[in-house]
Amino acid sequence: MPDSIELPQGALELLILKAISLGPLHGYGILLRIQQMSTDRLEILQGSFYPAVYRLESRGWISGEWGESENKRRARFYRLTAAGRRQLKAESERWRDMANLVVNILDVAPGEV
Amino acid sequence: MSVFSRIRILWNAIAHPEDVRHQVESELAFHVDTQTKDLISRGMPEDEARRRTLAEAGRADTQNEKYRDAIGLRLYDEFAGDLGYGLRQLRRNPAFTALAIITLAIGIGATSAIFCVVNGVLLQPLPYPQANQLVSFSFAAPSIKMMHLGLSPSMYFVFREESRTFHHISLYNLNRATVTGVGEPEVLDTLDATEELLPTLGVRPVLGREFTLADDQPNGPRTVMLSYWYWRRKFGNNRSVIGDAIDVDGTLRQIIGVLPKNFSFLDRPGIALILPFRLDRAKTELGDFEFGGIARLSPGVTVPEADADAARMLPFVARSFPPPSRFSLKMYESVPLLPHIEPLKNEVVGNVGGVLWLLLGGIGLVWLIACANVANLLLARMEGRRQEFAIRRALGASPRRIARQLLLESFVLSFGGAALGLAFAYSALKALIAIAPSTLPRLNEIRIDAVVILFTAAISLIAGLLFGSMAVLRFAGRGPASGFKSSGRSQSAGRERRRVQDALVIVQMGLALVLLISAGLMVRTFRALIRVQPGFTALPANIESVRLSIPATDAPQPEQVAQMQQAILHQIEAVPGVSSASICSSVPLQGPFWRQPVFVRNHTDLGQEPPSYTEEFVGPGFFRTLGIPIVAGRDFTWDDIYSKRPVVLVSENLAREYWGNSRNAIDKQLRIGATDDWHEIVGVVGDVHVNGMNEHAPREVYWPIMAADMEGKPVVDVPNAALVIHSARAGSESFEREIHRTVHSVDPNLPLEEVDTMEYFYRHSMASTSFGLLMLALASGMALLLGAVGLYGVISYSVSQRTHEMGIRMALGAQTRDVLRLIMRQGMTLSLLGVAIGVVVALGVTRFLSNLLYGVKPTDPLTFFAIPLLLIGVALLACYIPARRATKVDPTVALRYE
Repeated sequence: MPDSIELPQGALELLILKAISLGPLHGYGILLRIQQMSTDRLEILQGSFYPAVYRLESRGWISGEWGESENKRRARFYRLTAAGRRQLKAESERWRDMANLVVNILDVAPGEV
Repeated sequence: MSVFSRIRILWNAIAHPEDVRHQVESELAFHVDTQTKDLISRGMPEDEARRRTLAEAGRADTQNEKYRDAIGLRLYDEFAGDLGYGLRQLRRNPAFTALAIITLAIGIGATSAIFCVVNGVLLQPLPYPQANQLVSFSFAAPSIKMMHLGLSPSMYFVFREESRTFHHISLYNLNRATVTGVGEPEVLDTLDATEELLPTLGVRPVLGREFTLADDQPNGPRTVMLSYWYWRRKFGNNRSVIGDAIDVDGTLRQIIGVLPKNFSFLDRPGIALILPFRLDRAKTELGDFEFGGIARLSPGVTVPEADADAARMLPFVARSFPPPSRFSLKMYESVPLLPHIEPLKNEVVGNVGGVLWLLLGGIGLVWLIACANVANLLLARMEGRRQEFAIRRALGASPRRIARQLLLESFVLSFGGAALGLAFAYSALKALIAIAPSTLPRLNEIRIDAVVILFTAAISLIAGLLFGSMAVLRFAGRGPASGFKSSGRSQSAGRERRRVQDALVIVQMGLALVLLISAGLMVRTFRALIRVQPGFTALPANIESVRLSIPATDAPQPEQVAQMQQAILHQIEAVPGVSSASICSSVPLQGPFWRQPVFVRNHTDLGQEPPSYTEEFVGPGFFRTLGIPIVAGRDFTWDDIYSKRPVVLVSENLAREYWGNSRNAIDKQLRIGATDDWHEIVGVVGDVHVNGMNEHAPREVYWPIMAADMEGKPVVDVPNAALVIHSARAGSESFEREIHRTVHSVDPNLPLEEVDTMEYFYRHSMASTSFGLLMLALASGMALLLGAVGLYGVISYSVSQRTHEMGIRMALGAQTRDVLRLIMRQGMTLSLLGVAIGVVVALGVTRFLSNLLYGVKPTDPLTFFAIPLLLIGVALLACYIPARRATKVDPTVALRYE
């Protein structure tokens, strides 16, 4: 397994929103999709994963519904709500801005200041 | 909306915790199964796959906790857990819980009940809009020692026309009138008022119209307004009475309006009619300071500003009106008047404020004692739970968490006490209102309202904080080690706690003593009042009094009034069981008593305002009927009355003031009006405490029931006089019926009222003393009980903690007596310290009682000696019971007890 990365505060929630934005998923599915999107460089521990899901649900950004899984079992599927969609957009921009800022600063060459 | 979804999720977790738990757990189970299958499908052996996913997932039941944390229920869960735990603790120890809650209920309930009275009587505004703008008038003339003069018509006119501070002003007079023609003739309480009275109070009629300026003119139409209750009783809420006429004192008056249902004039809900005053400005003279005045201040005006405005206007009054015939203007001007304007509420509430605050203070002490008691109980109880706290600390609970637990348990106790206390206050209040003196104003406004509930919540919160924080200070901060170390009976650990408990008991004893001494002083007052010789020898219970009003239609001339009165007395003396009967304008103890300036020949300087004396009109035989001794001269006779002889009797203290003794007063002369003929003193009678046992006997002038040449009138009669009848049958219903029949046999139209024995008024005159006495006695009884229980609790706890020590002592040869003395000494040291503190505090506090005391000093030595003895006696008993238990200790058992 490649080196796993520790996620900074708030990043896990954002990734969960992103994962669900592509279509409703149950918890395990979210986990798989994030790993897949990270090309398996991220390993998310369950201990922090489910509390993040619960927090998102209690804020009304995602909503859970019981449904049937691909192998015919009852599973809880999460969908993005309208508020969640707005949150995803705003938060993605914030992260992008911040990442750009940090990268730009790191890229400054010695004579440029 | 995210707020709603959040509330829904929280609500689900709180209302259906099991459903939610089930969902959270099944979600996790699904996760684990799916992941396991995944791993197996990737070639991992089944055992290992399952083990790995389970290890990663953690236990199912902690998942629910994670869920509740994540949605923000951690504090709630902890709180609910603590509460449940606390309730279980309290339930596990029902004796402790019941004792604590009952103790608190007594303290909180009693305090709330008295606060309820204070709130209703003193704090609530009067039931009028913007009642804080309403003021009343009184005037003082310090140079002639008259401190409570009313508003005069002349001042009223000037104030109304010249004032810069009054928005409305009104003059009123409480009166009575006979209404005939609507059912039985009836004497009713009425109010004469100038036209602006209702606008001043801010009250509008529910039916009809208000008075106008025209109604209030001397030659205006004759009109009347009805109170709601009278309208309902007499006219059955018939709305068409407006415009009808009723006969008031022989004059037909048109009904123009009905007052609102909840309207009460000041503290007199009994007023039936309001009549326009119809003052004649052209005929108004100076003087006549006997009316009430109410004004509404203009917005933003303060009472001192209004006072200054009145002082500014007073000189105009003397310039604008002529003096009455018996005074000169110079005389009038020589007596400076000081206005005293105060909030109307003060006039209504009168002087009961002090007493009520005092009672609240007294009851507040009971509340404090109850708190101290519960604190003691709680400390003892917590001592037994030391190990539990130590274990919780060892398991990682923070001191804050434990403090929260302790406070929560205290609040459960105090709010339990408050709930029970409110129920207790509710019933106490009913009893309180029933026994309160009718002189206590605004009784009908006393009720448990939001303010009272808030007050109760506040004092129970404070109570919980008080004793809860003691437990917190004592236990929450300790490290886990201390609890394990001293399981059982380590003396050094107990000492600190004992010191706190000892201090609490000392405070309790001290507070109880303060209350007991106050109650003791009231008992002494009551005894002093009972011993006062009222000035008449007849037993109050044997004197029946009946007020009867002879309508002008039945006896238009004063002579006819007197003849009818004599005829009635004649018939009544023939009733079986009557030993004597007479008639008077005011029955002693009952009143109303008027004071009149009296000129004494060769004593009162002309041009000087004469001193005022209580005046009373009496028929022949009045003094014999009540047993008032005639110390010199003779009684009136009917012959004096019909011959209109200018004769008069005076009280002994008046005779002594002018002529040294009673005998010298005979044949001396006095009069009321400066132009009246002189009246000759034909007799001197003993002094009577007519205003109640706690007031000095006033100097009195007795006029014949029909007096000749008085106040410029040739004859003055008293058609509204009271019969006084001496009979052993007084007070019985058959007797009162017989009196009714006898009076009506002379004239069936006579309305009778105030049928009562003098006993009733005798008791009434002591009502405020007995009320204060009863309340303080109840408060101090509770304090004594709680204090004794507190002391008993501390001593018995100490005995139970020292069983081992007692066993050793007795094994080493200590006698029963020694053990008894040891325990008693501990208890008595505390009580004596408490008593010493209590005596010192009481010496400082009892002077606030001096208004209520009569014939006893606030520092009465007997009370200050006897009451501490009583308390010490009770304390001895409270210590003796547990001390005896200590002597029963069997050394072998005690030593085995580890």
